[in-house]
Amino acid sequence: MNDRAQTTVKRVINESGLEVQPLYTAEDVAASGGDAMIGLPGEFPFTRGIHREMYRKQPWTMRQYAGFGNPQDTNQRFKYLIANGQTGLNVAFDLPTQIGLDSDDPLAQGEIGRVGMSVDTLRDFEIAFDGIDLDKITVSMTINGAAAIAIAMYLAMAEKRGYDVKQLRGTAQNDILKEFIGRGTWIFPVEPSIKLVGDTIEYCAQHAPKYSPVSVCGYHIRESGATPAEEMAYAFCIARAYADEVIARGLHVDEFAGRLSYNFNIFGNLFEQVCKFRAGRSLWAKIMKEEYKAEKPGSMWLRMIAAGGGGGLTFEQPELNIVRGAYYALISALSGTQTMALCSYDEAYTIPTEYSARISLRTMQILIAEMGLTETVDPLGGSYYVETMTNQMREKMEQIIAETDAQGGIVKLVSEGAIQAKVSAQAYRMQRDIESGKFPKVGVNCYRNDQEDEHPVEFHPYNEDDARVQIESLNGVRAERDAARVTRALAAVGDAARAGTNVMPAIVEAVKAYASVGEITQELVKVFGRYQEPIRF
Amino acid sequence: MNDTTQQRRIRVLLAKPGLDGHDQGAKVVARAMMDAGFEVIYTGLRQTPEQVSRIALDEDVDVIALSSMAGSHLPFCRKLKPLLEANGLDDKLWMIGGNLPAQDHDALRELGFKGIFPTGSKLDAIADYIRENAA
Repeated sequence: MNDRAQTTVKRVINESGLEVQPLYTAEDVAASGGDAMIGLPGEFPFTRGIHREMYRKQPWTMRQYAGFGNPQDTNQRFKYLIANGQTGLNVAFDLPTQIGLDSDDPLAQGEIGRVGMSVDTLRDFEIAFDGIDLDKITVSMTINGAAAIAIAMYLAMAEKRGYDVKQLRGTAQNDILKEFIGRGTWIFPVEPSIKLVGDTIEYCAQHAPKYSPVSVCGYHIRESGATPAEEMAYAFCIARAYADEVIARGLHVDEFAGRLSYNFNIFGNLFEQVCKFRAGRSLWAKIMKEEYKAEKPGSMWLRMIAAGGGGGLTFEQPELNIVRGAYYALISALSGTQTMALCSYDEAYTIPTEYSARISLRTMQILIAEMGLTETVDPLGGSYYVETMTNQMREKMEQIIAETDAQGGIVKLVSEGAIQAKVSAQAYRMQRDIESGKFPKVGVNCYRNDQEDEHPVEFHPYNEDDARVQIESLNGVRAERDAARVTRALAAVGDAARAGTNVMPAIVEAVKAYASVGEITQELVKVFGRYQEPIRF
Repeated sequence: MNDTTQQRRIRVLLAKPGLDGHDQGAKVVARAMMDAGFEVIYTGLRQTPEQVSRIALDEDVDVIALSSMAGSHLPFCRKLKPLLEANGLDDKLWMIGGNLPAQDHDALRELGFKGIFPTGSKLDAIADYIRENAA
């Protein structure tokens, strides 16, 4: 500890629990472990970036989260975003689709098309992506419990349109362990859920080698109350659990690790966030190289979408979220992300309107066009503060991973609800700190307006008639399809699940036969059962 | 209030209605209500109107509170209201919190959800409301 720590200024501890000094020098870098892990972009340990030239060669992909109503509605929004310069899609599905219910399921009523687009069969995928060039626009799907079915539908849709599935790029979120911690769109119990993730990784490694079957999400763990260091550490623990599942089947790490990707959050202290990403990149490379004996550099890359920032946005004075979004995008760019998406300023109220989605998109475009963010790789590299904090964040993450392993590992802790209880307790403390003013939040506990605008945002309309249209469409598909082929295909899904073999080939055949999300899920539930949530908070 | 008998603690049912999986807020409120001295029965995710109504009856609660973040609050509450009434729970305090647009508040009130706590509400305000209004 240097003597600057003796100053009389107030101590500052960041959210991850690390003390922030009023000044950093070369001494601090040396004391935190030195410059051994800095290296160069494109080279192990990739602290400064996974590619040598980064955004000089290609700016980050802009991938706003979008989807609502019927596939027709969503197709229109996709085309609107693409026409406005968006370079990737990130599909929002409605809750019935995400948890494997058909639109005519009684439990789906009132929820169809509400928070995302409604999907029952392959027909809906065909409509949603109609007219979109899947070679030019990569598609990411935010779906987890029913991800195996959505991946099968995406591959089947692309194949039907004449794309070579072996060359097809795209991403499925498909991170079920984090759904048990936060977000909650689980279907099956923990163990078969992990097996299903393993099935998709194995299947894609063999049949769609450029497709990213999993995007491990620190994002929602952070939203649930985790610190930035925990967000990344728990995500790595989860990614290791999936890797272990696939390696146990005989695959070599280099056969699949290059297609693992990540989704992280970007709200909070700018420097803590940037250091989180830089530290995480080198730690993941180290884990893959030393623990998993990966040899291909691609297997060591922390490929990521750094996105959202929802947890940092406020209901109060929502227009300030446009400003916050701009800072979050800056964090994301300074962190060397591959893909970026911003929560729109009205997301504390509603799903984004065209107007608010366009503002988010333009925010990222301003960074690229006007701010010089794409010109130089890792522009904060070499800052005494950033390098010291990067070292300290890495050490903190390693410590959290070691503790998690010592307590029996992430799968056990999630199954018992222990991680859920820990992050929930932290979320409660943070809420208390915000309400007491201890943790400043502009517009919430300081700089409040005397009179709040009563109607600060325009609501995206929900069309009550969407449900009827969607159910009619499903009935139409059921009437047209080859019923005998569907029955055979669904039986094969159940057989594969019972035999413990990879269920993906059977699911792909079932979706091609126009079996529905709900029908396929039911076959799997018969074998796997349903998850029972441990109530711990 | 008779000082010689122990006062019964207010019992609060906190439910997550429908398919919405966002439970961070519900869990935060559950902790706050426990700290405020109430007994809290938290249902976990994906409760149907029938389940909420049955648990409210079985647990003999004073407060029936929902946490809704994904926009389906009105259809859910329309189904829940007659079930609560059929179970004779219309004298209990019905509350709802979460992502509730101001334009829906009147409809929720008309359905019997007297306590409405949209995003941005303070934890202490929720506790005070329960103390003042629960039987």
